[in-house]
Amino acid sequence: MTELLQNLIDGLGRGSIYALLALGVAVIFGVMHLLNFAHGELITVSGYASFWALGAGWSWYVMVPLIVAVSVATSLLIERVAFSRVRGADDFTLLLTSFGVHFVVSAIFLLYVSASVKTFPRPTWVTNTYAVGSLRIEVFDTVVIVVTVATLVATTLILQRTTFGLSLRAAAADFDTARLMGVRSNSVIRGAFALSGVLAGIASVFWLMRSGSTSPTAGIDPMLKGVLAALIGGLGSLRGAVLGGFTLGLAEVILRSRLPDSVASLTEGVVFLLIALLFIFRPQGLISVPHAERV
Amino acid sequence: MLEVSGLTTKYGEISALREASLHVGSGEVIGLIGPNGAGKTTLLNTIAGLLAPSGGRVSLDDEDVTGHSPERLLRSGLALVPEHRRIFVNLTVEENLRIGGVTVPSADRPGLLEEMSERFPVLRDKWTTSAGYLSGGEAQQLAIARALMSRPRLLMMDEPSLGLAPLLVDVVFELIDALRAQGRTLLVVEQNATRMLELADRAYVLRSGEVVAEGTGTELRDNKDLFDTFVGN
Repeated sequence: MTELLQNLIDGLGRGSIYALLALGVAVIFGVMHLLNFAHGELITVSGYASFWALGAGWSWYVMVPLIVAVSVATSLLIERVAFSRVRGADDFTLLLTSFGVHFVVSAIFLLYVSASVKTFPRPTWVTNTYAVGSLRIEVFDTVVIVVTVATLVATTLILQRTTFGLSLRAAAADFDTARLMGVRSNSVIRGAFALSGVLAGIASVFWLMRSGSTSPTAGIDPMLKGVLAALIGGLGSLRGAVLGGFTLGLAEVILRSRLPDSVASLTEGVVFLLIALLFIFRPQGLISVPHAERV
Repeated sequence: MLEVSGLTTKYGEISALREASLHVGSGEVIGLIGPNGAGKTTLLNTIAGLLAPSGGRVSLDDEDVTGHSPERLLRSGLALVPEHRRIFVNLTVEENLRIGGVTVPSADRPGLLEEMSERFPVLRDKWTTSAGYLSGGEAQQLAIARALMSRPRLLMMDEPSLGLAPLLVDVVFELIDALRAQGRTLLVVEQNATRMLELADRAYVLRSGEVVAEGTGTELRDNKDLFDTFVGN
């Protein structure tokens, strides 16, 4: 029982980051019908910003808002430079463009910085733990879960209570009709990229605090996790994206803990196998979106 | 108010609309009738900015608005109730109405919401219900109310009675009549030509993307050959 609770807490901590990434993927998919494989590059760019700023002696207190700002700026820049030019194109073109952005960003750091992994100091409290009964809980996991819940509540309030949120939800359901109602396509798409950037920025803070490193390909793993979580939850559903993130995090932690040592290194492979099984029996993901293909 | 001249719209190489011209004066109710595939919806969608014309001109109060985006046209006072209603099924009735009012000053929105709840009692009763649970008639009323939230100077409706039970068709035509009594300017595409011609000040008949006739309801109804050939009901 203790082990299960321990896994639950660890899984929620890991799943929180995936949920934030998946939510960002789902928001963009909603308004553009774009499965954004460039989403992980927000973490790559934030990672290099952290490497340079922390190397120059900046503290993590300054880095937290800076990383979020860098992520938002990068997200908006990618939209402006790449995606705005293929807006309205077919799904395949959008998909190829997102892959293109991913490869271009990686290549820029590979060519102009270095192919090697760059490390930077992590906050000292990241590895601290505290005891609750027989459980050992990481301070980091606690912070991640609390901040993620607060971020999800704030995002929900934005989506439910503001005109921007209403416009975003309407555009996600039916973009052309939203435009007929006066919703400005530029504003809503850029707003979606900004929101996605904020969510990825918060995820980046935790991802980078945990890893303490970056590289030209650092964005691949978070991108895969974000996209997979969005798919598991049901592409097109914001609630599904969050659910998918937590499900993926829990599955990883529980499998890593339960699998025999001899196959523990295959945890990710087993997770992918389970996801494949899920899609065979429930191709629409955990939450199906009625009517529209968008959010 | 609305002047459309020589409007042509193509889907690839196929012309769905061929040099269509029409005029809508302030306070008029204009019908657009014709058989399936005549180009009626294409004409409305082109005027509303959803489709880019390959030729011709659309002007609103003498201002050239050809090719303007739907959001810009709405701000110019031109609203469309699209075919199949296209209400946002993931939003509540109130949220659908709120999204209809995004272009009006925020201070005016509560008053408009109040006005819609009084004008459409059926919606008031389902204010917080997801729009996906509305019946066809309720959804059509929501679509019309949503368009009215923007306080349009010209309201276009595409097949407002399509797919509705006869009793609900009556409700929709009563609604159009009420809007007409208020002096609203309407351009309505309607399959139910007989009912539309009773209501409209004038009507245009489309066939194969071309405007082939124009006249008052009486004139078009009395031209039996034209009516039977082009409208068929």
